[in-house]
Amino acid sequence: MSYARRDWINAAGGLALALAVRPASAVSTTTLQEAIKRWAGGQPVRVGRVLLDIAPLVENGNAVPIRVTVDSPMSATDRVTEIIVFNERNPQRDVVRFAFGPASPRAEVATRIRLATSQQLVALARLADGSQWMHAVDVVVTLAACIEN
Amino acid sequence: MADSPKVRSLIHLPEVIRKGQPFEVRTTLGHPMENGLRADGYGNVVPRNLVTRFECRHDGVLVCSIDLFPAIAANPYLAFWVRAETPGTLAFEWLGDNGFRHHESRAIGLA
Repeated sequence: MSYARRDWINAAGGLALALAVRPASAVSTTTLQEAIKRWAGGQPVRVGRVLLDIAPLVENGNAVPIRVTVDSPMSATDRVTEIIVFNERNPQRDVVRFAFGPASPRAEVATRIRLATSQQLVALARLADGSQWMHAVDVVVTLAACIEN
Repeated sequence: MADSPKVRSLIHLPEVIRKGQPFEVRTTLGHPMENGLRADGYGNVVPRNLVTRFECRHDGVLVCSIDLFPAIAANPYLAFWVRAETPGTLAFEWLGDNGFRHHESRAIGLA
């Protein structure tokens, strides 16, 4: 048995492991990092409390359902003031921005978005105490938006 | 300001709304959301025509305001939560390019 084959098998196993353990919460691209930095105004953004719910494999990029939920009691003092969603590879970084007024009982929102190609999405939330939270998700798009022609 | 003509919207509320209990409101507006980047079949760019803003108020108190960007799909669907302590009116307003405006309201009777 040749060592080359064994090396290949070991290398393939390592690669599969590397793909599996890649943290989905990390923001990998500079374009997204810049958008987040601009929104955060230099303040720290922590991973957690936000859940961006989207199908990991999207068949039609023209209308992709997303739902953002933030773990918050939405009381008078402890509440979410803002949720924003950024994308990585559409023509424009902003996707949608939600601001919550005093009559909002739950920081949970849903909409349908366009995705130009496979990319990373990130949802961020700003709380009344000034803390900022995020959740990033990688999405594979098989039929992209904006290619009707 | 008057509403834009021939615009339709759907607003879905639960059949029974209880006092103090949160409920989800789902809205859809009939609108192409042209982002100004797309060409028609003849190579002419379709001019930008977007809904950029949505607001929901319960008896004048803001529930949520939403800024919509070109990445929102055509016929924008928006869902969010409301809680009513008193019977009243939910007012919905969409604003967009070229003076676009559409508004709806629903009476909230508590069970």
